[in-house]
Amino acid sequence: MKEELFVSGRNIPNIDPVLHVWHWHIPLYLFLGGLAAGLIFFATYFYISGKTDKYPTAVKIAPVIAPFAIAIGLVALILDLKHTLYFWRLFTAFRLESPMSWGAWTLGVIMPLSMVWPLIYIKDMIKYFESSSKRTTAVLKWIDGLLNDVNILKWVMDLARKYQMAIAWALFLLSIILGVYTGILLSAFNARPLWNTSILGPLFLVSGLSTGAAAVMWMSRHHFEMKAFSRFDLMLVGIEVFLIIHMFMGFNASTQAQQQAVALFWGGEFTAVFWGIFFTAGLVVPAILEIMELFGYKVPAFIPAFLILLGGLIFRFIIVDAGQITRYLY
Amino acid sequence: MVKNRRDFIKISALGATGVAIGSKYLFADNTQQAQKSPKGPFKLPSDFKRTPTYCEVCFWKCAGWIYKNEKGDVQKIIGNDDDPNSNGRFCPRGTGGVGMYHDEDRLKTPLIRVTDKYGKQTYRKASWDEALGVVAKGLQKVIDEHGPECLALFTHGSGGKYFGNLLKALGSHNIAAPSYAQCRGPREVGFIATFGDGLSSPEPTDIKNTDCLVLIGSHIGENMHNGQVQEMSQAIDRGATIITVDPRYSTAASKSKYWLPIKPSTDLALLLAWMNVIIEEELYDKEYVKKYTYGFDQLKEHVKGKTPEWAYGITTIPPDVIRETAREMGKASPAVIVHPGRHVTWYGDDTQRLRAVAILNALLGSWGRKGGFYKPDKAKLPSYPHPPYPEVERSWRDAMGGKYALADLALANGVCDATIPSVTRDCSIKAWIVNGTNLIETLPDRRKTVEAINNLEFIVVVDTMPMEITGYADVVLPECTYIERYDTIRASQHREPTIALRMPAVEPKYNTKSAFWIAKHLAEKMGKGDYFPFKTLEEELDWQLKKIGSSLEEMQRIGVKKLKRPYDDLYFANGEDIEFYTNTGKIELYSTSFESYGFDPMPKYTAHPEPPEGFYRLIYGRAPMHTFTRTINNPNLSDLMDTNVVWVNPKVAKTWGLENGQEVWLKNQDGVFSEFAIKVRVTERIRWDSVYMVHGFGHNRKELSRAYGKGASDSKLITNVMMDPIMGGTGMRGNFVTFLTSKPVGKEVKS
Amino acid sequence: MRYAMAMDTAKCVGCSDCVVACQTENNVPIGFCRDWIVENVEGTYPQLEMEIRSERCNHCENTPCVRTCPTGASHVIEGGIVKVTHNECIGCGACIEACPYDARYFHPDGYVDKCTFCDHRVAEGLDTACVSVCPTYSLTFGDLDDPQSPISILLRERKWKTLVPEAGTKPQVYFLI
Repeated sequence: MKEELFVSGRNIPNIDPVLHVWHWHIPLYLFLGGLAAGLIFFATYFYISGKTDKYPTAVKIAPVIAPFAIAIGLVALILDLKHTLYFWRLFTAFRLESPMSWGAWTLGVIMPLSMVWPLIYIKDMIKYFESSSKRTTAVLKWIDGLLNDVNILKWVMDLARKYQMAIAWALFLLSIILGVYTGILLSAFNARPLWNTSILGPLFLVSGLSTGAAAVMWMSRHHFEMKAFSRFDLMLVGIEVFLIIHMFMGFNASTQAQQQAVALFWGGEFTAVFWGIFFTAGLVVPAILEIMELFGYKVPAFIPAFLILLGGLIFRFIIVDAGQITRYLY
Repeated sequence: MVKNRRDFIKISALGATGVAIGSKYLFADNTQQAQKSPKGPFKLPSDFKRTPTYCEVCFWKCAGWIYKNEKGDVQKIIGNDDDPNSNGRFCPRGTGGVGMYHDEDRLKTPLIRVTDKYGKQTYRKASWDEALGVVAKGLQKVIDEHGPECLALFTHGSGGKYFGNLLKALGSHNIAAPSYAQCRGPREVGFIATFGDGLSSPEPTDIKNTDCLVLIGSHIGENMHNGQVQEMSQAIDRGATIITVDPRYSTAASKSKYWLPIKPSTDLALLLAWMNVIIEEELYDKEYVKKYTYGFDQLKEHVKGKTPEWAYGITTIPPDVIRETAREMGKASPAVIVHPGRHVTWYGDDTQRLRAVAILNALLGSWGRKGGFYKPDKAKLPSYPHPPYPEVERSWRDAMGGKYALADLALANGVCDATIPSVTRDCSIKAWIVNGTNLIETLPDRRKTVEAINNLEFIVVVDTMPMEITGYADVVLPECTYIERYDTIRASQHREPTIALRMPAVEPKYNTKSAFWIAKHLAEKMGKGDYFPFKTLEEELDWQLKKIGSSLEEMQRIGVKKLKRPYDDLYFANGEDIEFYTNTGKIELYSTSFESYGFDPMPKYTAHPEPPEGFYRLIYGRAPMHTFTRTINNPNLSDLMDTNVVWVNPKVAKTWGLENGQEVWLKNQDGVFSEFAIKVRVTERIRWDSVYMVHGFGHNRKELSRAYGKGASDSKLITNVMMDPIMGGTGMRGNFVTFLTSKPVGKEVKS
Repeated sequence: MRYAMAMDTAKCVGCSDCVVACQTENNVPIGFCRDWIVENVEGTYPQLEMEIRSERCNHCENTPCVRTCPTGASHVIEGGIVKVTHNECIGCGACIEACPYDARYFHPDGYVDKCTFCDHRVAEGLDTACVSVCPTYSLTFGDLDDPQSPISILLRERKWKTLVPEAGTKPQVYFLI
């Protein structure tokens, strides 16, 4: 029989008996960050490749979600800080080796740019929302008025329209960094065996892109665009499944600490929620629905979109919670 | 005479108004700036950044320094490098002593028991003058009606000197410490019978120079006798062999070359078998035995049949292990120690068992030799002359019916027994002063202790914390901690004599006073002020120190002063002629004094009762971060360990379906059960016929906010007391428990 | 100058003196600890083995915590001691996630706290509080760059191990076995 115990009464809250210092704030932010990254990615990619007309929702309408997502995510992050009053210290230093520092600065730059981009297309947004929501339309019209009347805002918007391509390139690169850094942030913690895999970066990026694509698919009213995005989503889900299977294969062929980490998902407490909810409901079912659509069956777009978004959120909750439980010690 | 039963009062019960708000706030009316000492000829605590003290957490009394922070608050306590007891390093309890001072659950004000108009008993706050007046009156009444011999003092702390002085001035010699008959008594008597000298404290074991340390009934490392743990560490560095005999895999066992997992209660058989091997294989120190001992031939005859094979059947220790360990001891002789242990009151034949330990040491020639037992020396401090103590016509001894004549100190349980009226006696003890000992947890068979208390006419408790015993007092007097007072000069025995000063680091908190102050003012109220001639303790200490060439001022600066041994007699010199304080003048392997009192002159093995089916022997012990209940509410130390767990062997756990961390209640062979639940620790470190827990938990006093309701009290479950016929020690390891997986309801003896 | 600590498991009895001494020296709040005691038991009665260790921050050579700190509050000072500047810490908890030894914790005031090798004492030439108090003389502190320091001698003469070497952190607390 093997026993390992604390003799000195150590019982630090949130660290003993298992680590749990990051609660819902972090997975929520990771999801929102990934969503924003996906939205901005598609917007800027299709803008740069000149396909704005083919994918109008992706370029003009859907990116309005991004600044809100990022803002809510930032609020969640700040709420998570235990030394909240000092949060501004994040911006007094840039640490090359710290993914969190990368993230802080990236978010710092993306936030204003992601607010400007949808404002460029405010008139298209008014047209889009006219038929669905009176209140939103009213607010948008008021903002449009502000942008025309207030001199400084008008000047900023003119500048933005003039240099839109440059902004698009900047946002394109930043969105990739945003999407992938959330995964690299976790994978850089060599103390947590479940996170310590280089697949996590690309996996989070792909998952973020798929949630972005799902959001566009949901919002789109153009048949061609909806079908195209449903195919993009199918491809991204496929890549995600491939990466996840590879990740598990890699863990099983790795050290004991990694194997014990994987055991959480293979008979452990996270088995049902990971394979049942995330994998099946969040990946496989939407994929099947989209394949069915390819064969001509009519599927309301919001169902696979919703499932993918839900799956993305649950996935990050699972990874953050399970990762903290895994350890090298004892 | 029918007396009102003493209701067990919770200190916070001040009537309806008190309970609602919360007792803590009601008492804390003058927290920090309570008292200011008048400026005399000596420096005040506030004049120093660090002040010398010696620790009061256990009897080791390590000397150290108390450091204060910039705000003048107590910051930390560290050891004094010149002190041989601690060598500049305190144990965890000493280091955590600051918690005793900061503990907000401390007693804060004198309390007097009153009965309200509804007949409910409760405490009310009182001034010192009023409280001392009530005490003086209560004690005087007993003196007038029954005589001063019916007063008794229980003490286990530095305050005992002053209360003892008072008691002797009043005309009683009934002064008892539970550390005798409940703890080390049998070994004192056993060693005195063999060598003519006891061991006292700290034990003069030369561990740092030993080549072989045999621990039978000692768990050094879990009992944190500072100097001994330090020296054991040095012995490990020197490559000394450690042999541990313990039914449990103790910490010491894990560092031993040999661990003998003995069946509980069979230790005497092993000791006799060792004697057999050592004599038969001639491993003993021949010259030493020839020159200094008496009774070798009788002993040789006595252990003839006690072979390792015979012992194997009793102890379950294989014969070759017994032989091998005996040979190790012989090889190391005379630098070998068969450690006498300290808490040795187990099965009632403990004096004989310690006699066997003493005999083994004598055979191996370790007594008075390097690496064995050195001859300690201690400083002698003069007492200030005072009027002679009155003659005493009777003492607690007379209540013992002629038994326990060999006990050299008072028996706490004896005094307790003498309080219960009996047909064989024409009087009994009527009043108690209790200082620094929680008798409810200390004395086994709680029911008897409570019965005794209910037969008292008066009881006053002087303590720092609201321990269980304070709930039975007529008057509770709050003592300040050692951090806040002066006390007697420490003159403990060691390789070299030293003196250590205790001075306060800060003024007493709340409305607490030192034992000296309490005893002096009480004496004055009772007309015995002449026995406390000095106005302040500083004056008395300074007078004493000046008589031996020091002064209070010097001791305040250095804390510890080393003195010279008058003779170079740390060990016996080679071939020295020595007269031992025994009847024969020699080390008695065959005890003539035991024989003359009708006891076995050489130890015999007797089998002791074994646990009935479904029951397990209750073994208890210490944890290095606690000193029984004294530290149980200390914030720093309860942070390390705030509850005990019951160790259960995995086989037993499987049989009962118990899981690690599961809560159980324990019930003993007399139907008494533990008041609170205790968690199970399933571990291989304990035998399948026993369970183990650390002593000092399971408190039912809500005022002890950190200790209330945590764990089980082993002393509550100790109701079967096996009395040692030779000196009256109370053997406590003959109790058996079983598990209850749900909270027990129904009748049982309430304490 | 490379400070390190050696912990002799052959002598440690798990008394937790190091924990209390650290608490009173560094004002560690009750309920938290910068160092702690771990007990390992293996075997079946009576063939048993036990190891007791006093653990703390290992002041690693390859610090994962300093690497991940976004503000630079976690930093390394002379001698390899890892410290946290309280008013630069934002309390994000990344360093706590990064430490394989669970050595860091959130102080109730919000910042992250841990063992500092008592650098305020080391600066005066003293040993750390835990080393100074240990009644079994199990703890040794010193400079690995000095080949004649007690710790260098111990590491030469005794067998030792570190915790979780596979995490790649190069810890500087050595356990003598």
